[in-house]
Amino acid sequence: MQHSTGYIVGFAVTICLICALLVSTSAVGLKDRQDANKLLDRQKKVLIVAGMMQDGERLSRERVTSLFDSSIQQKIIDLKTGEPAPGIDVANFDQHILASNPDTSYEAPPNISKIRRMPNNAMVFDVIENEKLKALILPIEGYGLWGTLYGYIALAPDARTIVGITFYQHKETPGLGGEVDNPRWKALWPGRLAFNDRGDPAIKVKKGIAGPPDADPYNVDGLSGATITSRGVTALLRFWLSDDAFGPYLANYRAQAGA
Amino acid sequence: MADVSPREALIDPLFNNNPIALQVLGICSALAVTTKMSTALVMCAAVTAVTALSNVSISVLRNRIPASIRIIVQLTVIASLVIITDQVLQAFVYETAKELSVFVGLIITNCIVMGRAEAFAMQNPPRLALIDGVANGVGYSIVLLAVAFFRELLGSGSLFGYTILQPVNQGGWYVPNGLMLLAPAAFFLIGCFIWAVRAWKPEQTEKEFHVGALFELSNEGNLR
Repeated sequence: MQHSTGYIVGFAVTICLICALLVSTSAVGLKDRQDANKLLDRQKKVLIVAGMMQDGERLSRERVTSLFDSSIQQKIIDLKTGEPAPGIDVANFDQHILASNPDTSYEAPPNISKIRRMPNNAMVFDVIENEKLKALILPIEGYGLWGTLYGYIALAPDARTIVGITFYQHKETPGLGGEVDNPRWKALWPGRLAFNDRGDPAIKVKKGIAGPPDADPYNVDGLSGATITSRGVTALLRFWLSDDAFGPYLANYRAQAGA
Repeated sequence: MADVSPREALIDPLFNNNPIALQVLGICSALAVTTKMSTALVMCAAVTAVTALSNVSISVLRNRIPASIRIIVQLTVIASLVIITDQVLQAFVYETAKELSVFVGLIITNCIVMGRAEAFAMQNPPRLALIDGVANGVGYSIVLLAVAFFRELLGSGSLFGYTILQPVNQGGWYVPNGLMLLAPAAFFLIGCFIWAVRAWKPEQTEKEFHVGALFELSNEGNLR
């Protein structure tokens, strides 16, 4: 069956309009739900690293929100100065969107974690229990073997002792580097020291087995068969805890806490 | 093709003409999303929904689509359906949708969807096309779920995230087979599946290829 050119163009335009209408309706109509899901997802990750929720535990939406609201304070800071940055929308904050936009990011200093751009602002969290600060939570990320690992680290109020670490997204080899999300390995971290006496980042995932936290505070067991992932974790922690990233924020915090 | 009964349209794609096992289509997603039952299940639902809906839409339009732009029309319809499916997944099963990441979007390029639109929906009425779409989705799902069952059970010792075989690194006895979590394992399992289906239905085995085989195949109506 032959069709005239006019019919063909008309048909194509009609189909495109109908499809565009359907796609945009679904995108707009479902946006609120999707945003709520993203927020809930972030709250869950923070609760997990704060030790207030188990990985894989199923909690209702209301429970997660009430736990988060009652004990976690989110703050947006200026990464370079470490000062709070007011006037930025907390609900839809996404560090990765900021980092990919030249207007809201700057070129990262040389690093082996393959971080190219740093966002101007970052979101950090305070865990508050009984009106007392219990932990500081910082987002971390960096390259492992196959891709970037994304996670959080929680520091005790001394801003030095590690309370917990979690990686919520990575592409490491299952069974080898992928063990970064093994609860038994993550359980080795609490009690170790992220900084040495001079205040420099000193934590290291060493090759082999580290001693107990009291005797060997700066080392964590390496992941067997995953030297490059282990090195990647060391590098990304050293980077994010250094003066190039959260150093100024932690220095401000120490100055205030010490005063 | 025009004289397919609804029964054949429903039953054939399950084993006789399974899109993965016989036509060997849709393999890349079968490798990528089958390390866990939950991701495989959501992917199966998504592919089945897209195949069914695209078949129906194309079939409704089949007498109006100009032949010269039919492929791009099919693609537009399929792409729109896939985006809508992706939006729905992100709204209702966010965590699984996050793990599926790009593979939901890649349903657009899944040859099963377009293959059915072009080979079946263009020649058949909507009701039959719907049955064909669902059946092909289910045929795809059978293979995906079978592969995911073995990969998750042997690779992580669990099913749908619930521990069945307590792995060593959680203090149990089972040493997980790491290979099962890597893409090649899906190839091995799909290979075994194809072998099992062909042992059961020997007529699916391809004839030794020689020049005459092409004519034999086309005479039998098996060449697609």
